Amino acid sequence: MSTPLPSSTHGAASNGRSSGLRLQFSEVEKRYGMRLALRGITLEIKAGECVALVGHNGSGKTTLLKIAAQLTRPSRGKIAFYTGESPVSLDDVKSRVGMVAHHTLLYEELTAEENLIFFAKLFGLADPAGKARQALQPVGLADRASDLVRTFSRGMRQRLSIARALLASPGLLLLDEAGTGLDPEGQEWLGATIERLRDSGCTIVMSTHGRNETQGAVTRAIRLEGGKITHDSGAGGNPKEILVMAAVRDSGEEGPV
Amino acid sequence: MATGAQTQAPPQTGASAAGAVISAPSLLGVFLLLAAASYGALIWAPTEATMGLVQRIFYFHVSSAWTGFVSFILVFIGSVAYLRTRALKWDWLSVASAEVGVAFFTVVLVTGPIWAKPVWGIWWTWDARLTSSFLLWVLFVSYLVLRTLVEEPERRALVSAVFGIFATLDIPLVYFSIWWFRTQHPQPVIGDGGKLDPRMGWVLLLTWAALLGVMAVLIRLRYRLEALRAEVDAVRMESSRSA
Amino acid sequence: MTLTRAAGVILAKELRTEFRSRQLLGTTAVFVLIVIVLFSFTFNPTSDEARRFGPGLLWLAFLFAGSLMLQSSFLREQTNDTLAALRLAPIEPFGIIAGKMAANFLFLLLVEIILLPIFAALYNVAILPVLGQLLTILILGTVGLASTGTVFSAIAAQARLRELLLPLLLLPVLAPVLIASTEATIDVLRDPGQLSRVWLTWLAFLACFDVIFLTAAWMVGEYLLEE
Repeated sequence: MSTPLPSSTHGAASNGRSSGLRLQFSEVEKRYGMRLALRGITLEIKAGECVALVGHNGSGKTTLLKIAAQLTRPSRGKIAFYTGESPVSLDDVKSRVGMVAHHTLLYEELTAEENLIFFAKLFGLADPAGKARQALQPVGLADRASDLVRTFSRGMRQRLSIARALLASPGLLLLDEAGTGLDPEGQEWLGATIERLRDSGCTIVMSTHGRNETQGAVTRAIRLEGGKITHDSGAGGNPKEILVMAAVRDSGEEGPV
Repeated sequence: MATGAQTQAPPQTGASAAGAVISAPSLLGVFLLLAAASYGALIWAPTEATMGLVQRIFYFHVSSAWTGFVSFILVFIGSVAYLRTRALKWDWLSVASAEVGVAFFTVVLVTGPIWAKPVWGIWWTWDARLTSSFLLWVLFVSYLVLRTLVEEPERRALVSAVFGIFATLDIPLVYFSIWWFRTQHPQPVIGDGGKLDPRMGWVLLLTWAALLGVMAVLIRLRYRLEALRAEVDAVRMESSRSA
Repeated sequence: MTLTRAAGVILAKELRTEFRSRQLLGTTAVFVLIVIVLFSFTFNPTSDEARRFGPGLLWLAFLFAGSLMLQSSFLREQTNDTLAALRLAPIEPFGIIAGKMAANFLFLLLVEIILLPIFAALYNVAILPVLGQLLTILILGTVGLASTGTVFSAIAAQARLRELLLPLLLLPVLAPVLIASTEATIDVLRDPGQLSRVWLTWLAFLACFDVIFLTAAWMVGEYLLEE
């Protein structure tokens, strides 16, 4: 399953730079029944940053990503998006956000191509069929385009899921442990893809267990614990320390439920 | 550069409802109304010619239906208000009103046969009012069952509000369809026999007023119970937050 | 993206998924058939009685079958959490519901149209002379069933005991549709060839029901998709 990495940017966008989105969390709190998943998060992620969220399961990483994807609304506080200085409305910004979630978000009874065409249409993309075919190339699934997702392995589904997130050339890419299910070659490819996206200006926020596959691309690391930010390497700082600490802490212990 | 934990105001509670739940004067007022209505229904109103004593149950039978109907309108109000404000207190109002409404319609469904059997010799007749009452009863029992099957309070409030709106919007449709159906297929009516002695009319209104008072008291008590439960949950969460 | 286009895309997806397996349609049709057959054991199916009881039983069968079939509408979006994928898209949340409503309407109508002649044959009821009128009743009644059922499917998907819950919620609310459709059908079969006032009244009633609940679904349905 050789996945030749295209040297040019993904999709047909020849202008290269997908202008990254800037995110602002203001006093964001999220309650699920009696459980407080996020407490008073105030955070700014600038355009083009590649942020790694580290922390145990239940620390609030997924919740933070979900709020950024607008899959859930904060119980308190708010989130805002900007291109440069101009705000982007919450409705408009959805077409520019791509997410790879914990679940694959794919329809088992449709083929790979049908899945992508469907989502391309929902995102209002022109030439959905063409975009779908193009998207299958970089993830090495072009020859499985007409196969039902039901027949795919975990790794293939993950790759298709990533292809789907990249369909609309997002300005913000959210990844919730996107490396799980990928074999080492796939993880390497993921790391390279993320680096390429970051270089083209896309803002990336990903949750990770501190393992190394994507470390090269990361520009900033934030550690969450119990819904609060405990460490933040900052926009201009060095994320290495936090990442190493996370890798050490998380090795062996998969965190409390 | 950590974001510190801020002290936030605790979520919606019923703490402001501390103190006497129902003031003594209003309780007394309702009691007096009820006493007056009972006197009117059982003693003062003229005995109906054909049906005799058991007919007196009609005052409670009919006014219970009207009162239940008012309760369900409150469910609608609470449901809409919850969807707009997301303040849980509206959900408390909805569940309180639904339960009280079901209770009143239970009275309707029980007094119906009690009235029918001695007078017409049958326990039940599918006349318009009884059938509609039965259906409304079932409808809001479904509402209550739905609530038991969703655990998380906000999710429960949300789905209940949506279903509550649909259920209450259904009420006029239920009444009309059953009524029009009955005009096509007439049935013996557990009825008022047509003309109403004016004194009977007064007693009916008085009984309705009394039952509305009872409804208000019951809803207030049930609302208070929900508010207290939410307060307990809030305290529990407060302590887990500062942990 | 406009609401109708989004709904259209989702409708197409639902149709494609269903027609690939045809499991749901097939099972629902068989279920209605079983109910029709079982009902025939409960009374003597002479021509007269068939005309009196038949329509009600037919509509009851449709309602039962519908309330079982509609469950999968939102349940199937729980596989791989595809509902989240739909919500990520820049479309109005109601578009998701509208697309599914349209799909459910078409599925149910298809099952009904298949079963109608079978019912007519089994119960010796002549439907050809009044086919147009019957179809009108079918369509209006099914709009109510599909739209309300889709919304309640979204509710039931979030609760426990969802297999029991959906019929529990749906059947009482749809009682007026049952009454109206049954009465209209009886009326049509009694006097074929005559557009009676009774039939029109019930049709108008069904239309009212549909408008009221479609509006309600449009106004509050999307809240059910929140997380």
